[in-house]
Amino acid sequence: MTVNCILSGVGGQGTVLASKLIAQAAMDKGQNARTAETIGMAQRGGCVVSHVRIGDEIHSPMIPKHSADVIIGFEPAEAVRCLPYLKKGGVVVVSRKAIPPVTSSLGNSSYNGSEMIAYLQKEVARLIVVDGEKISKDCSSAKVLNVALLGAACASGILGLSMDELKNAISKRVKPQFIEINSKALEKGALAAKMTVPHHT
Amino acid sequence: MKKFLMGNEAIAMGAIHAGVNLVCGYPGTPSTEILETVAKNNDGSIYVEWSVNEKAAMEVAAGASYSGARTLVTMKQVGLNVASDPLMSLAYVGVKGGMVIVSADDPGPISSQTEQDTRHFAQFAKLPVFDPSSPEEAYAMIGDAFAFSEEYGTPVLFRPTTRVCHGCASMEIADTKNVHKPEGFIKDAKWTIFPRLSYQNHIKIEKRNPILGEKLSSYRFNTVTGSGTKGIATGGISYEYIKEALGGCNAKLMKVSTPHPFPEKLALEFLRGLTEVMVIEELDPVIERELIFLCGKHHLNVTIRGKLSGDVMQAGENTVESVKSVLNGYLGLPAPEKSRFLPPLPVRPPVLCAGCPHRASFYAVKQAMKGQKAVFAGDIGCYTLGNAMPLDMVDTCLCMGADVTIAQGMQHIEPDVKHFSFIGDSTFFASGITGVVNAVYNESDITLIVLDNSTTAMTGHQPHPGTGRTMMGNITEKVSIPAILTAVGVKEVSVVNPFHLTEAIEAVKKAAAHKGVSAVIFRSPCIAVSKPVASYQVDSGTCAGCKKCIKEIGCPAISMDSGKALIEPSLCFGCSLCAQVCPCGAMKGVRYS
Repeated sequence: MTVNCILSGVGGQGTVLASKLIAQAAMDKGQNARTAETIGMAQRGGCVVSHVRIGDEIHSPMIPKHSADVIIGFEPAEAVRCLPYLKKGGVVVVSRKAIPPVTSSLGNSSYNGSEMIAYLQKEVARLIVVDGEKISKDCSSAKVLNVALLGAACASGILGLSMDELKNAISKRVKPQFIEINSKALEKGALAAKMTVPHHT
Repeated sequence: MKKFLMGNEAIAMGAIHAGVNLVCGYPGTPSTEILETVAKNNDGSIYVEWSVNEKAAMEVAAGASYSGARTLVTMKQVGLNVASDPLMSLAYVGVKGGMVIVSADDPGPISSQTEQDTRHFAQFAKLPVFDPSSPEEAYAMIGDAFAFSEEYGTPVLFRPTTRVCHGCASMEIADTKNVHKPEGFIKDAKWTIFPRLSYQNHIKIEKRNPILGEKLSSYRFNTVTGSGTKGIATGGISYEYIKEALGGCNAKLMKVSTPHPFPEKLALEFLRGLTEVMVIEELDPVIERELIFLCGKHHLNVTIRGKLSGDVMQAGENTVESVKSVLNGYLGLPAPEKSRFLPPLPVRPPVLCAGCPHRASFYAVKQAMKGQKAVFAGDIGCYTLGNAMPLDMVDTCLCMGADVTIAQGMQHIEPDVKHFSFIGDSTFFASGITGVVNAVYNESDITLIVLDNSTTAMTGHQPHPGTGRTMMGNITEKVSIPAILTAVGVKEVSVVNPFHLTEAIEAVKKAAAHKGVSAVIFRSPCIAVSKPVASYQVDSGTCAGCKKCIKEIGCPAISMDSGKALIEPSLCFGCSLCAQVCPCGAMKGVRYS
């Protein structure tokens, strides 16, 4: 079995760590993983995309178009930008909160996050919208959005990983003082997924 | 032991396993993590340094290799241009301890000025080059490269590309480590390059390379698989894309992991029985040209297709989709599915971070030169992003250190225009100092702006001579930028915190008015290596909604919400620049205790 997962967001949101957590959890249960990351200039507030692939018959580190089982969008427009990767019937987990780029604040391009969410609702069969802002507030940390989104993706069952397996990966990859808060965010994200009713199938 | 490693980490672990004694380099995407990983996993037996630039790194490693040490040098492809002077001569002189030079190429390009191909550099320098196709292959291949270098007494190039460097994979890592004890330097005439020695060595190299090509024909990572009359030739990451695109199709496929010296014997076996070959590679058509040459040399009636025939795109990186498109026309495999139509999306180019001191520095210079004709020569680093609107403060960017000298050239042609050059602290040490000496000696009239954020920010915060920290974990003397400038004869030098806006503008005005070379050092640490001291919020009752904060400084933490400015608390670093720009005093700061 192969699992292809795209994580897309804005530089600085923690997509790289999230992709490492998925890969670590998969490896811990004896699976092979491959990832590809955006590192370098684009990390400075630009679009960043991580590709995570789990399975044995995988060659390219990048997921081919129309092949992703799940897209984890850290921001509405960045989730939409990656839709060409989604396979038919694939899952999209997205954070509701939009991050307007400087270009749109300057008036050079318009951007409305709720329009992007509406578009996803229209286009994606299984969409999970996560109120990342609320979870961050509940956890008193702006840095847990990545793990909250992972929790939602995990609860959807699409990653083929259990919550405990992800928690175990967190304890290996995250600094000790941040393990508890991340585990909490993981649970809260999972709860958000469970409360999401599919729009149409 | 099974580990999940990034390609760069795999290269580092492979080098450690091979018993590397000395590792040096200069940071550059996508190569940076190699040296950092060696430093992180150093048991104390390896000497590791960030050298001041790639030329210095190459020469330090050469000295150690002369002394019998196994050495690794790391850089990105444009860094190899800087190191090309020692490299070309070193190819003639040779080494004693194995010396592997990693030059990471960047198809796309994703984080580079050029799409140059290190395989060409290998041909030019007449050196062997290894080209891994995956992180796990890179791990195994780096050990081969050391052994090969030592066996033939020559430095070897190792060129991964971005997707190998920054791709991670599960792989088996050896727990053991080979111990390599350097013999020490033994005096010999062979270490001093002279024209007569060069002539003799040139003959030796030309005799040696075909023998190496023959040997490499049976190298474990040069392979021919599959069958049929239509073949595919490739190398590097494209091999993985082809495997993915081929699916169950067992087409005849040659993978070239040592593009130079070219494994001719293997290639001839591959060509036998073929009518056509499609060459799929990134950057330059290196394998394609070799095969065309081979067909000519052996009068083979095989059509070689690829970039030169227009079948494969000339620039940019390959993908599974681009390979599928080529193979669809060539082998009749299924074409890639058409991509779905997307709604208009906001453009999101990289920007200077919220709280970045460069924003304040650029803004101060812009304000100081308001209404005057001025040109702003930029350089390589995060501060290249100062080109974006609304700052629009980077008029040129060429290569490391060129800001200082480009400004001089312009000033000679247009002496009535004020010329500025912007350079970061790490770039200043790497290749800015000679440019300043040139300006002083040749009586240029430019103002140098040093953006000193106490780190090498763009590549991930490496230390440099101004930071007083080394990769061996030692605290060392900080090299002072103002002291250097004063010592080389710059008469007007000031050091200012760019977030003290009024003071910063005055310093720039004073420097700009100085006839001759002047300098302002804007000193404030990168936000990634410091802690926020405050947070700002907009008092919406006071905010007039004039958007001056957005239009003047373009901070990514500020956007408009219902006609008022809004600061995103998770991004604000409390730099106070917006508060100093706001005409209404609407930005209220809260200092952290």
